[in-house]
Amino acid sequence: MAHTDAAHADHHGEHKQSFFQRWFYSTNHKDIGTLYLVFSLVMFFIGGSMALVIRAELFQPGLQLVEPEFFNQMTTMHALVMIFGAVMPAFVGLANWMIPLQIGAPDMALPRMNNWSFWILPFAFTLLLLPTLLQVLFGIGGGGPAGGWTLYPPLSLQGGNSTAFTIFAIHLMGISSIMGAINIIATVLNMRAPGMDLLKMPVFVWTWLITAFLLIAVMPVLAGAVTMLLTDKFFETSFFNAAGGGDPVMYQHIFWFFGHPEVYIMILPAFGIVSEIIPTFARKPLFGYQAMVYATASIAFLSFIVWAHHMFTVGMPLGGELYFMYATMLIAIPTGVKVFNWVTTMWRGSISFETPMLFALGFVIMFTIGGFSGLMLAIVPADYQYHDTYFVVAHFHYVLVTGAVFGIMAGVYYWIPKWTGHMYNEKLGKLHFWLSTIFVNLLFFPQHFLGLAGMQRRVPDYNVAFADFNMWSTIGGFGFGISQLLFAWIVWQTVRGGARAEARSWEGAKGLEWTVPSPAPHHTFTTPPVIRDGDLAHGDVTH
Amino acid sequence: MAQTHDANVYYVPHHSPWPFIGSITLFATALGVANWFNGHAWGQTLFFIGLAATLGVLAAWFGNVISESISGKYNAQVDVSFRMGMMWFIFSEVMFFAAFFGALFYARQFALPWLSGEGDGALTNQYLWPGFTAGWPSNGPAGIGGAFQTIPAWGLPLVNTLLLLSSGVTITIAHHALKANRRGALIFWLGATILLGTVFLCVQGYEYVHAYQELGLTLGSGIYGSTFFMLTGFHGMHVFLGTVMLIVIWLRCMKGHFSPDHHFGFEAVAWYWHFVDVVWLGLFLFVYVL
Amino acid sequence: MRSAIATGLATALAGLPAWADSEPRRWQLNMPRGVTETAYNAYDMHMLMLWICVFIGLVVFGAMAVAMFRFRKSRGAVPDTGFTHSTRLEILWTVIPIVILVVMAVPATVKVIEQYDTKGSEMTVKVTGYQWMWRYEIVGEDVNFISRLDRESDRLRQSGVVPSEADHPHYLRDVDRPLVLPVDTKIRFVFTADDVIHAWWVPALGWKQDAIPGLINEAWTEIKQPGTYRGVCAELCGKDHGFMPIVVKAVPKAEYQAWLAAQKAGNEAEAARIVAAATARAGGEG
Ligand code: HEA
Ligand code: HEA
Ligand code: CUA
Ligand SMILES: [Cu+2]
Repeated sequence: MAHTDAAHADHHGEHKQSFFQRWFYSTNHKDIGTLYLVFSLVMFFIGGSMALVIRAELFQPGLQLVEPEFFNQMTTMHALVMIFGAVMPAFVGLANWMIPLQIGAPDMALPRMNNWSFWILPFAFTLLLLPTLLQVLFGIGGGGPAGGWTLYPPLSLQGGNSTAFTIFAIHLMGISSIMGAINIIATVLNMRAPGMDLLKMPVFVWTWLITAFLLIAVMPVLAGAVTMLLTDKFFETSFFNAAGGGDPVMYQHIFWFFGHPEVYIMILPAFGIVSEIIPTFARKPLFGYQAMVYATASIAFLSFIVWAHHMFTVGMPLGGELYFMYATMLIAIPTGVKVFNWVTTMWRGSISFETPMLFALGFVIMFTIGGFSGLMLAIVPADYQYHDTYFVVAHFHYVLVTGAVFGIMAGVYYWIPKWTGHMYNEKLGKLHFWLSTIFVNLLFFPQHFLGLAGMQRRVPDYNVAFADFNMWSTIGGFGFGISQLLFAWIVWQTVRGGARAEARSWEGAKGLEWTVPSPAPHHTFTTPPVIRDGDLAHGDVTH
Repeated sequence: MAQTHDANVYYVPHHSPWPFIGSITLFATALGVANWFNGHAWGQTLFFIGLAATLGVLAAWFGNVISESISGKYNAQVDVSFRMGMMWFIFSEVMFFAAFFGALFYARQFALPWLSGEGDGALTNQYLWPGFTAGWPSNGPAGIGGAFQTIPAWGLPLVNTLLLLSSGVTITIAHHALKANRRGALIFWLGATILLGTVFLCVQGYEYVHAYQELGLTLGSGIYGSTFFMLTGFHGMHVFLGTVMLIVIWLRCMKGHFSPDHHFGFEAVAWYWHFVDVVWLGLFLFVYVL
Repeated sequence: MRSAIATGLATALAGLPAWADSEPRRWQLNMPRGVTETAYNAYDMHMLMLWICVFIGLVVFGAMAVAMFRFRKSRGAVPDTGFTHSTRLEILWTVIPIVILVVMAVPATVKVIEQYDTKGSEMTVKVTGYQWMWRYEIVGEDVNFISRLDRESDRLRQSGVVPSEADHPHYLRDVDRPLVLPVDTKIRFVFTADDVIHAWWVPALGWKQDAIPGLINEAWTEIKQPGTYRGVCAELCGKDHGFMPIVVKAVPKAEYQAWLAAQKAGNEAEAARIVAAATARAGGEG
């Protein structure tokens, strides 16, 4: 049987590989997942440090620390690094680790391309950060992009040398994301173990399948948008120049056609993680599994038709304003279905409060708060006042930090026993949760007040009336930042040692990933597993 | 030749240096082109080195895949993964073109009518661009790029349409020949496809020269020039890439690769070629005819 | 309908001083109510949304709190693993939110439509955004001037000190030449920009509008009360985006005419004196 030998030879080959081969030439989904997660943490700290520069400058009124131009660079880079460097790669990392384990596959469908998706990222971010680094470290050049992460022209075209760097970096990130997404779709659709029907898949896998579709649909559109920026700057095209028959607002339409699905790209996998954790710690199957799947699909569909809610003040015709308002409001319905299902999953359960559950519950509450402010923003007459103020900043940090980032952290605590074979330090984990939750609210809740009172976004200085809440916010920001050092420490500790984790690390945990030993062996499911109904995470699939 | 595998044994490829090296070459390409655009001559050099190296990496990588495939390591599941990968890649390409088509539609349906004072644009016209009426083609109220003429649809573009349409037919004939194991016909019709693709590119090239030198139509000709050259240009690049891919599988056919029931490489290229074909039909309609 | 609103507003406004100054205050938590119909609209929608969200929040978080308390393992709760779906509940929590959304959408729609009705405006002001200042042109009146950050704010921000209220009561919110407008007049604005996109925002008027190079946007206002209304540029426009404030002085119609005449005559000093006098008479700051 020549073919079996071949397959075996490959596996044996991997046990003998050198450090370099293992981490740089990898085709192993677990190793690549680890690479993604480590990269993401590094980027989180870089993006977070930039946020702290912002917060430090805003600690008091007046300009003390940085030049306004540099401040704008920090705002722009902070967002790009957090979105494309921290949150998205963290989700891809979790997908890499967990999807094959959850569907009984030996690896990702296209393992080599998987490695390419990852390795492009460090280079893409080198390119993105280069202009800023050159300026800060050596005083060379005009620094990085400073036109906001949305890169609206004509302002973004005024950037100096950084524009080309930023745009090509975005192209590279796009290539990476698209390949990663293709891989996930192929894995989910083609690599499921026999018996793992689509409607028996764990919800995390479902949310990622839909997210991957969103990625393939919108990353190329972003690539197109920034390519037009590039040619407007360097090749005399007039896409965004009214004098030549183009339109600066057209950029905003194309950008937000990408941008709005992008924000759901950053939340759907978190929905999936929370949908794994709450049933585990409520010791009860997920309530309304099918409704959850359909709600996710509806959110994804709606995300394509609401983009111009970011543009209520650009001067759209009346019909456009009304349409985009209504469409946006509709998203509350499927999202509500999710929230209600999570709460009802807890109902008549048997709940315990380990760290992953704490983060998941924090997610449900604070994401919902962010969702509420989102709905307020969708109301056109009110958005005339909210738009481009700190109210918007408060909204999106609630959904992104206490939403996406809390979701990721919940996932890390939940699955780290499976990755390392050790339990993390529960006391420290809980401390991390409470510190993070207290400080993050101190950081972002007062920003609602600032926005309502009239403080606009993207400014390095403000009137004295805004001083008090800005000071709170900065204190919260540094507190939250320092709390994340604790997170890094806990993860490091768990990698190095700790209590042995069992295969089924949590009492109530269901799903194939808990049937393999902890730590998961380098190769799992080299032959398709036999699936028993009790192993499925959501026993209710017969209904 | 390739044999079908026992579905109960998964195949996981062993490690490969190409993805990592390919990331470095992509980095060199991007770093090069960014510096080139910023006016550094070395950037241009680096760009071309990076591009060539990336192509080299892809060639080596695919080379590995081909020899693994021929030595029979892959099973049916791997084949499906490859197919899905190619299909979704093509979908991403469709969305890339959608951005530019979107720009074209937006400019024609919204931007230009507003500038000429229709509907909600009345004030824009009155205050900023009095007297401007936009038809299509247009280079905007400021007439950016100066006067120009467009390329009539029913001349060379029609020829190009026919060329691409027939290339879609020839590649299908080649595919049938492959399935019927008629190798001579396969090589002939595949060669014909390549020829048609090449002629298309030549015609397109001639058209560009004509536009720049005689019609005054350039990338800088306002929104018309921008959308015209970006859409046809990106399409042309895809035709070029498709032709290169065709040449590769043609050479492989001559070396005796592909069997009547196992030839994903051939099919992937054929899908890509059809995609390029369909995009052209959209272009012909929306860029040239309408 | 309109008159009912108007009477309601008159009572509500009775408490306000004649010369309004809706500047943000320290510890301010909420949106100011403003001095135009549009601003009331924004405020009313904001409050409606806020209370609905607070209410839903109480229900949802309340249910969560009960679940966390009643069904905790440490209290010996036994999971009811059969309780995994309920079509009745699913329908209920789809339909109720739909109803709530309709309740929000109806008033919102009415209010947007109102703001789009620019008919019957009595004068037009053209506003052009520049990096980093505003140009105002009273259309048809040959009055045209530039307005930028006041010198004292400019000095303070570059000094590196931490400004206090005493240093400058309107730090970053004052300009050298304010835009003077009449009250009780339907005023149409047309916006454009010269370089990059800016956005003209005076919260007391209740809206902001982007100023986009090459395009014109339109908005209108009718200020109900004399006063000094400050605002800011609300679209990132480069390094001094935070330093291009807006000041609108709304004065009674007669004073406005006098100001206009002085401006046209090129008598800047006289124009400034008229505005200052109007401000002083009404008992407000200048
Ligand atoms: C993870 C990211 C994420 C998520 C999930 C969301 C979710 C939502 N967002 Fe947000 N948004 C951003 C990230 C995100 N957003 C970012 C980054 C920006 C700013 C970009 C920039 O300008 O830089 C932004 C900006 C933004 C704007 C533009 C504001 C402006 O600039 O003026 C708007 C306007 O409509 C909006 C709306 C919404 C809505 C309606 C939702 C909805 O999906 C929320 C739905 C959830 C709920 C409503 C709560 C739960 C539901 C219930 C409990 C059911 C019952 C409830 C009711 C019936 C009320 N968002
Ligand atoms: C996923 C996305 C994401 C995440 C996670 C965050 C996280 C944070 N954001 Fe970010 N933010 C955005 C996305 C995100 N943000 C976007 C899209 C914008 C809009 C940009 C634009 O306008 O163009 C924005 C804008 C933005 C602003 C407005 C800037 C402006 O308008 O000028 C502010 C201001 O407070 C801010 C703050 C923070 C803070 C304090 C955190 C914190 O949560 C960060 C916490 C992390 C750390 C602090 C790092 C960890 C710790 C260390 C590095 C150790 C050292 C610590 C100490 C010395 C204390 N962000
Ligand atoms: Cu002008 Cu911001
Ligand atoms: Cu959005």
